[in-house]
Amino acid sequence: MDNTIKNNIEEKKTKKSIIVGLCLIVLGSIIYIFLGLNIEGYATFRLSRPTDPFALPNLILPAHSFIGISALLIAFFGGRIIIKAPKKFTLFIALSFFLAIAAFLVWATAGKSFSLTGMLQATVVRAVPIALAAMAGILCERVAVINIGIEGMLLAGAFAGALFGSIFGNFFGLILAVLVGGFFGFILAALVVTFRVDQIIAGVAINIFVLGITSFLTSHLLKSNPELNDAPVFKSINLPVLSDIPVLGPVLFKQNIFVYFSIFIVIISTYYLFKTAYGLRARAVGEHPKAAETLGISVLKTRFHHVIMGGMIAGFGGAWFTLGSVGRFDEGMTGGRGFIGLAAMIFGRWHPVGALFAALIFGFADSLQQKLAILRTPIPSEFLAMAPYLVTIIVVAGIVGNAKPPQAIGQAYVKEN
Amino acid sequence: MKIFNYFGNYFSNRETFQEIIVIPVFATLLAIFLGLLLLIVSGSSNEIALKALIALFYGSFGSISSISETLTAATPLIFAALGIAVGFKAGLFNIGAEGQIILGGMAAVIIGFSFQLPFFIHLILILLVGALFGALYAFISGWLKATTGAHEVITTIMLNLIAYRLLDFFLRIPSIQKEGRNDPISKSILDTAELPRILYFLDPNLRVHMGFLIAIFAVLIVYWLIFYTTIGYEFRAVGKNLEASRYSGISPSMTIILAMSIAGLLAGLAGASQIAGVLGRATPGFSAGIGFDAIAVALLGRAHPIGVLFAGILFGALIAGGRQMQVSADVSLDLITVIQALIIIFIAAPVLIRKLFPWIFR
Repeated sequence: MDNTIKNNIEEKKTKKSIIVGLCLIVLGSIIYIFLGLNIEGYATFRLSRPTDPFALPNLILPAHSFIGISALLIAFFGGRIIIKAPKKFTLFIALSFFLAIAAFLVWATAGKSFSLTGMLQATVVRAVPIALAAMAGILCERVAVINIGIEGMLLAGAFAGALFGSIFGNFFGLILAVLVGGFFGFILAALVVTFRVDQIIAGVAINIFVLGITSFLTSHLLKSNPELNDAPVFKSINLPVLSDIPVLGPVLFKQNIFVYFSIFIVIISTYYLFKTAYGLRARAVGEHPKAAETLGISVLKTRFHHVIMGGMIAGFGGAWFTLGSVGRFDEGMTGGRGFIGLAAMIFGRWHPVGALFAALIFGFADSLQQKLAILRTPIPSEFLAMAPYLVTIIVVAGIVGNAKPPQAIGQAYVKEN
Repeated sequence: MKIFNYFGNYFSNRETFQEIIVIPVFATLLAIFLGLLLLIVSGSSNEIALKALIALFYGSFGSISSISETLTAATPLIFAALGIAVGFKAGLFNIGAEGQIILGGMAAVIIGFSFQLPFFIHLILILLVGALFGALYAFISGWLKATTGAHEVITTIMLNLIAYRLLDFFLRIPSIQKEGRNDPISKSILDTAELPRILYFLDPNLRVHMGFLIAIFAVLIVYWLIFYTTIGYEFRAVGKNLEASRYSGISPSMTIILAMSIAGLLAGLAGASQIAGVLGRATPGFSAGIGFDAIAVALLGRAHPIGVLFAGILFGALIAGGRQMQVSADVSLDLITVIQALIIIFIAAPVLIRKLFPWIFR
């Protein structure tokens, strides 16, 4: 009996590894045929500017052979997975994707030069709102509240940042953006915790409401008073010494406070969730609310506090769109980053550090499309703009099967008397 | 007769009467009131708010032509909301109606201008192909959900965003872009593919078209599908309890894929009817947020086909009235979005209404 089950599982595993292996071989062939065949010349990647204190030489790669070797390696990984049928092949898949992207970049830059450091810097910058949205999502989902309304909270934060930043300066603008985000967190908490509204419906309602009200106020208030939509932007702060490190310096230590704060929030929330008693209680509420209540933790209060905190983080992330980059608000400017943040949260398995790395991948896809537009590849810009969304779908579809959300997710808690 | 029976059964019960009539009505009125309050708070004078309110009612039901506008705006909403309602029944939340409308509309445009066909056949073809493309686009989400468990809310939203980019790309293709134009606009569909206006004999400018009649027909079909067929039973079973339905021999995966595809089919039909009945061509914003409004319509109609019909007409009225409001009181159409969101919140949290107006619910 046990043997048949074991055999079944093993059969399934080999089947899966054959499928994955074949996919990788096909991927390798596609890369070689479409990218490698008609390409020659060298791809030049600039690593630092000549004015930098410790300038690195450019990275120059022969396009044809680099793409050929990458394609061969990907196909080799595929063949290895088929033959050996290893238990875990996530590493090989990740390596293959990395090689595929590298090959693609080399193909796009062949015969031209391209600032790699610039793109990595843009990656970090663009990962910020996604990472913050993911942190907001983690705080809410760890207490078993699904927050689809993060997109709306980001948008509200962006609007508040632009409006209040123009009136009171960027520092108070930022604080008020955080408070506005917290306010919408409060609304969501009131709807789903107190009134036990379906969590997804409440989140969608918040998204539509914020989209409506910010667009309405933009056309009624900001269009006629352009001085209210011209907030001072936070300048980047160069950390002494650290910012002079080649590549790493400009990428991590020549950024504005949003980047530093995001890293800080990731560290703090990891510590909070996994090392403090409060965090343990919060997780208990998300996994088994009844047990938590029995131990004297107030489920409703815990959920309220965390959803409000999540809203505040989302409001802060929203302020990035205005105070952290362009200084002005445009209707619907968040462009689905809140939802991408939720995908990053799932990819990162509800762990702040995991979500940060996931956000960096999305940020990379986001900056890739922006930078490739400069390189004038034959790919239409609309398709490049789809990249982050496609990555999100692939991630959500590919990962979610193995990722487990908190047990009580989505369920309203009814307190028993 | 069935419909009357349905209402007869419902009205015999005081609780459900409140649920399906009183709460939606009060939710709508309260939302409109709060919307006007927002207008005043954001700096408009009381007269403008009053003018906006009058325009809202006059523009929706004040004359034959405003009723025609209301029904014209209601048509795609009813189609798309029916789709979302089917999804709700099967426990799926399809936020992707917007993308499915875009895909359906794009397919309809291509069919509309590239084939020379006799009148009736062309019309049927444009609607069928539009519906098919909407269904295919939704199929992706359903298939991903069934095979990998990817949440349909995230995948449909991503597909919406992808659909916007696809539309931008589509409108720049030389064989689709209108000749001699640089801005993104497609060629116009041929006359043979247009949905005829049904009140043509009264006044040729009344825009309400045959799509509205088809929408009513679709309401009946969906009603029959959900409540009188095995498939509908399986939808409801999976929506109520997925595990239980699995043990009773229903395949949840197939049901999810089918429900999602039917939802997309109806949304695609919304896009095609909008192209064939109103717009005649595609532009970047042609979907105009119908897919999102339809979510509110489906919720307001309690995911019931008959409810969706009336909620669709109500929202059509809000949109038609909102346009009038924009013209005569210079109030942005986004106010309608705010009102819609408030309606969703009040419908989803009926406790709020009950607490605010305790005297109705004695």
